[in-house]
Amino acid sequence: MMNIFTIARRDFRSYFNSPVAYIVITGFLAIMGYMFYFGFAHYVAQNAQYQQFNMGKSISITDGVIKPLYGNMNLIFLFLVPFITMRLFAEEKKLHTIELLMTSPVTLTEIILGKFFSALGLVLVMLSFTIVYPIILFATGNPEIGPIVTSYFGIILVTACYVALGILFSAMTENQIIAGALTFATGLFFWIISWAASSAGPVWSDVLMHLSLIDHYSNFGQGIVSTTDAFYYLSFIGIGLFLTHRVLDSFRWR
Amino acid sequence: MIQVTHLTKMYGPRVAVNDLNFEVKKGEIVGFLGPNGAGKSTTMKILTGFMPATQGQAVVDGHDVFENPIEVKRNVGFLPENPPVYPEMQVFDYLEFAARMRQVPKGSVSASVKGIIDKTGLGEVQHRLIGNLSKGFRQRVGLAQALVHNPKVLILDEPTVGLDPKQIIEIRELIKNLGNDHTVILSSHILPEVTATCQRIIIINKGAIVAEDTIERLTTRLNKGLIYNLMVKNPAAEGIAALRKIQGISNITPAGPKLIIEMTPGGQEIRDKIIETAVQKSMGVLEFSAERVSLEEIFLQLTTTENATGDQI
Repeated sequence: MMNIFTIARRDFRSYFNSPVAYIVITGFLAIMGYMFYFGFAHYVAQNAQYQQFNMGKSISITDGVIKPLYGNMNLIFLFLVPFITMRLFAEEKKLHTIELLMTSPVTLTEIILGKFFSALGLVLVMLSFTIVYPIILFATGNPEIGPIVTSYFGIILVTACYVALGILFSAMTENQIIAGALTFATGLFFWIISWAASSAGPVWSDVLMHLSLIDHYSNFGQGIVSTTDAFYYLSFIGIGLFLTHRVLDSFRWR
Repeated sequence: MIQVTHLTKMYGPRVAVNDLNFEVKKGEIVGFLGPNGAGKSTTMKILTGFMPATQGQAVVDGHDVFENPIEVKRNVGFLPENPPVYPEMQVFDYLEFAARMRQVPKGSVSASVKGIIDKTGLGEVQHRLIGNLSKGFRQRVGLAQALVHNPKVLILDEPTVGLDPKQIIEIRELIKNLGNDHTVILSSHILPEVTATCQRIIIINKGAIVAEDTIERLTTRLNKGLIYNLMVKNPAAEGIAALRKIQGISNITPAGPKLIIEMTPGGQEIRDKIIETAVQKSMGVLEFSAERVSLEEIFLQLTTTENATGDQI
């Protein structure tokens, strides 16, 4: 446990000792702020229109603001996480610092988990800034708290999947660009994998739907926590980290 | 402390290390010598548990490297060919990280780091980013990280590369002093380095050991007849003739005031006789010295002419 923490802390700090963390956080908050502001403004305008014509009936703040906001956040993480994870092992290999890790009395699992939590830590820092949006919503309206909490829960799980994927590809190469590009491409592929479902047979269609990263998120966005969805994300993370372990171990044998 | 038996490492079809056998005793400083690509680094990486061997066994302090890598890593400090330093970290923070990774007890991390900074002379740069340091300082940081947990065994892959002459001497002194309570293996392709620091050398070529002995013994083993140089004021023919009569001298070649005296191999100690004769014949002795076959020559003989001449040793 201590070893995981030592590694995670070093990598986490190293994000802040280089421009990576600042650029990713700034980019993230700029886009999120933009989306929130205009999403909210649009919702207010639309609601005003509704009230003018349909008297009384209106879109809830959950459907109008919260759901699209966190849905978009998921998409932005799909873009940004590769930039966070691409260095984790690729850079260590390039700088030969991996030799320090691999000749220290720690297990490969501890190294991988340390890296995983460092990247997840940065994601949590990014997420912590976004708490300001629900605060604004509570200050101006009366949103439901449930969907907000579950959205965060879902976002953490789904970004953890991107992180696991990113660590896997980072372990495969010493080139950060390749690691990042493969992470993004594969992540996107798991987003849209369900598109093939409509033209697949009945069994395959179920399988493809189940494999999709985004389909499992929709429940969380609506305030529902289902164990199936959580289990899917946890298995995705587990498989990603397990494969990373296999990849790094096999490099030693070559 | 270290036993290596039948160690073989293949990179695909290429043999990097071929059936290596050697032993290093506690407190010994052993030099690994060999041309680039001889298998030095590979052997060291196997000993540190960084990569497994294809065949054979390596035991460090009673623990098998393959079966029990964590125990081995606990007792080993390793300086790889490229110092494993993070350029975005400060020296002090980096060494603190290395100490924690090497399981230095929580309470003594700070003390160990301070101690090693003093020992390796990093005091003036301890709060600078490693990325901004010169190659020499980076190398020292690499050495410090290998020493921070006070390991029983130190494995140093070309420890003085990139250092300036003064630093080289300092680091060699440091390594020599470490030999008192650490077991050290260091690799090099620079011979004076090995001569200056090691008690025993292992010469590797193409993945196999070609010679293993103390430096003196290796030198004498390859000396197929010592050569003495005698400088005299008066290299008269009479004197030379008298010298030639001494038993054990195979040939004398006068070169101006210098007489190159070749001995028959395995001959007896006759240096005093040579001087005596020269004095008797009033040749006016100015200088008398033994010409040693340098390690460079041994090295070249072993690694290059070995195949051509068959059994060189």
